[in-house]
Amino acid sequence: MQTIWFGLWGILWAAYFMLGGFDLGLGTLMPVLARSEEDRQTIRNAIGPFWNGNEVWLITAGGVTFAAFPTTYGVMFSSLYTPLLMILFALIIRAAAFEFRNESKSIVWRKLWDVGFTLGSFVPALLFGVAFANLFRGIPIDGEGVYHGNLLSLLNPYGILGGVLFVLLFAVHGAIWLTTKSQGDLHRRAASMARKLWVVLLVVAVAFFIATSSATGLYENYWNLPVLFGIPAGAFAALLAARICLAKKKWWKAWFSSSALIVLATLFGVAGLYPNLIISSIDPKYSLTAANSSSSPLTLKIMLVVALVFVPIVIIYQAWAYNIFKHRLTEKDLGHDGY
Amino acid sequence: MDVLTLSRLQFAAATMFHFIFVPLTLGLSILLAIMETIYVRTGDENYKRLVKFWGKVFLINFAIGVVTGLTLEFQFGTNWARYSKYVGDVFGSLLAIEATVAFFLESVFIAVWAFGWERLSRRTHLLAIWLVALASNLSAFWILAANAWMQHPVGYVIRNGRAELTSLWAIVSQKFVLLELVHTLGAAYVVGGFFVMGVSAYHILRKQHVDLFLKSFRLALVFSLIFSISEIIQGHLNGVEVAKVQPPKVAAMEAHWVSESQAPLYIFQIPDPDKERNLVQIGSLPPLLSMLAYHKPDAVVLGLRDIPKEDRPPVTAVYFSFRLMVALGFYFAIVSIYAMYKRNRLEESRWLLKVMLYSIPLPFIACQLGWIVAEMGRQPWIVYGVMRTRDAVSPIAASQVAISLPAFIVLYSLLGLAAFFLIIKHIRRGLGAEKV
Repeated sequence: MQTIWFGLWGILWAAYFMLGGFDLGLGTLMPVLARSEEDRQTIRNAIGPFWNGNEVWLITAGGVTFAAFPTTYGVMFSSLYTPLLMILFALIIRAAAFEFRNESKSIVWRKLWDVGFTLGSFVPALLFGVAFANLFRGIPIDGEGVYHGNLLSLLNPYGILGGVLFVLLFAVHGAIWLTTKSQGDLHRRAASMARKLWVVLLVVAVAFFIATSSATGLYENYWNLPVLFGIPAGAFAALLAARICLAKKKWWKAWFSSSALIVLATLFGVAGLYPNLIISSIDPKYSLTAANSSSSPLTLKIMLVVALVFVPIVIIYQAWAYNIFKHRLTEKDLGHDGY
Repeated sequence: MDVLTLSRLQFAAATMFHFIFVPLTLGLSILLAIMETIYVRTGDENYKRLVKFWGKVFLINFAIGVVTGLTLEFQFGTNWARYSKYVGDVFGSLLAIEATVAFFLESVFIAVWAFGWERLSRRTHLLAIWLVALASNLSAFWILAANAWMQHPVGYVIRNGRAELTSLWAIVSQKFVLLELVHTLGAAYVVGGFFVMGVSAYHILRKQHVDLFLKSFRLALVFSLIFSISEIIQGHLNGVEVAKVQPPKVAAMEAHWVSESQAPLYIFQIPDPDKERNLVQIGSLPPLLSMLAYHKPDAVVLGLRDIPKEDRPPVTAVYFSFRLMVALGFYFAIVSIYAMYKRNRLEESRWLLKVMLYSIPLPFIACQLGWIVAEMGRQPWIVYGVMRTRDAVSPIAASQVAISLPAFIVLYSLLGLAAFFLIIKHIRRGLGAEKV
């Protein structure tokens, strides 16, 4: 049961990174992709109907951490206090940028919110990467779950590499998303951006893959069970597939490939982490695992029923909503700014 | 200040700010759904204009409610890690169920509704707003079930050094959940009703689209009348239940120091917690307190002096918040009844319209006061009788919270001001700018 929940925990975070990833990535890229007010409106509307539903995957991933692994929840988020609050503040500013920007025609006002939108997208992407890389590497917690470090101790080379990797993964994912939603010049710029960033992503991903072997113990699980190497192999296949689809102008296939890439990249870390949720870099015996930090069997059972019933329902209606708004944006759509 | 004080202030600031937006979302979602239903059933374009007008306010308000709710969930981890560890087995699952069952529904369909005017059939579009309204209220149920558990924990056992779930059914079906739900939703509907009445009154006063705003005024009036009256009756039942399960809270709500039977209710008091008495005590009405709390004149009402000092809630804040909330509750009912009486002569009743306009903030204030009573009245416990607030706080450096608390206040103030001015701007613009 605890193993099932560990898996679900990883999948929920992967789902958030896959869905939230493109809206965060596209927000990050907005200043380089958009050249006119119309471009900016297109980018905003390309995300508009989706970002809110995407963010609920974050809330659910958080909620599930709380429900299934309460000790981990407390230790993880109190240890990562400053980065987590920075993420939340950034997401708040970003949401406000969606709502408030078009309420005034003032150029200063709009510029201000555009900056907020980009920072609000970039900061979470970076910090989620830093946070997860540090979880893979281990953080200094003692037997009481007290964190003996600070924000700077998270900004080690491996942590920063993880942050850069996330920003690039999301940026490529976001640029590909825009290729499916835009037309003309903006569409061409998005495609060319995706291709350019893809090269950088490839380099950083390989670097991260190698650095993981020296900075973390993640590969131990892989050597014990070599079939797991299928996950990173799949991730690299998805990375290549994304590039091939971009070359063939199969935009949606490219997007699904980069989605698979993000999911598999997340699971690559999660599979290596098992059974640990938080590795203590002070002493492995202080590590929090799926076994020693989980909820009672009854809670896990109830939550499993809830998850198995409702998550498929959520997926169905969310897919339905995506299907309604999957069309390329035209000028007519831009006049109708729902948010 | 220490981590505990800072964390409490931060949580209070974050929750109170969050709860400015939530009740309006709850109330307005249903009013919007009703207006759109009328539009779809009658085909009257006027109602579509109304839906678009109120819908814009709703969307701004909704977005701020969502993002401020996000920080609340994560603060249990960041600032209340020991709480999370000790009761997460019970409490965490309620929050996770809320996200999975209700919050997804709300967030997906609000976007479908906002962006879907041109892309969906009228009926599907209508379904979207009803799903939003339903999901918002369902969301409230799970969150309030979690809060009710903190007020009156049931369905758990202390095992393995923590609270473990024994019956989810016991938690969601306890009387306290129902009472809290009806009371909070009722309050939210009064917020929504008074908001719509007040804004409509503004436009009727300015003689803009009077016909349309009379429609929304009357609709909101029916809503406000029902819920402001039910709130009083039901609020009393709430008090009775609190008297049964949390006697110290009632003692603080009434600034009642000495245990006695035939306990009187005082019209006005100023508590003096240091001397364990009231500085001022005017207008004794015996045995009204015993009657109200236990429906028996001879019932003994526990006094604060009989509660150990370390177990007493802060009296002054709880007492005044409760009094003011009750006064406001009666005010809402009286104003609604009077407006109902004048419903066909609203245009001539200019001072009534002005009263309605300036009453907009009052239900918001009443909600805040209600939560002060509920949460401060539960102190020093975070989970009543099970865990003290001081044992719940995270083992983190005070400096982190000393930075994050002002950051919260600055960010939320700017956000609140921006939302406030945008909503006002939109309201002033009126229906003219809305395309049909």
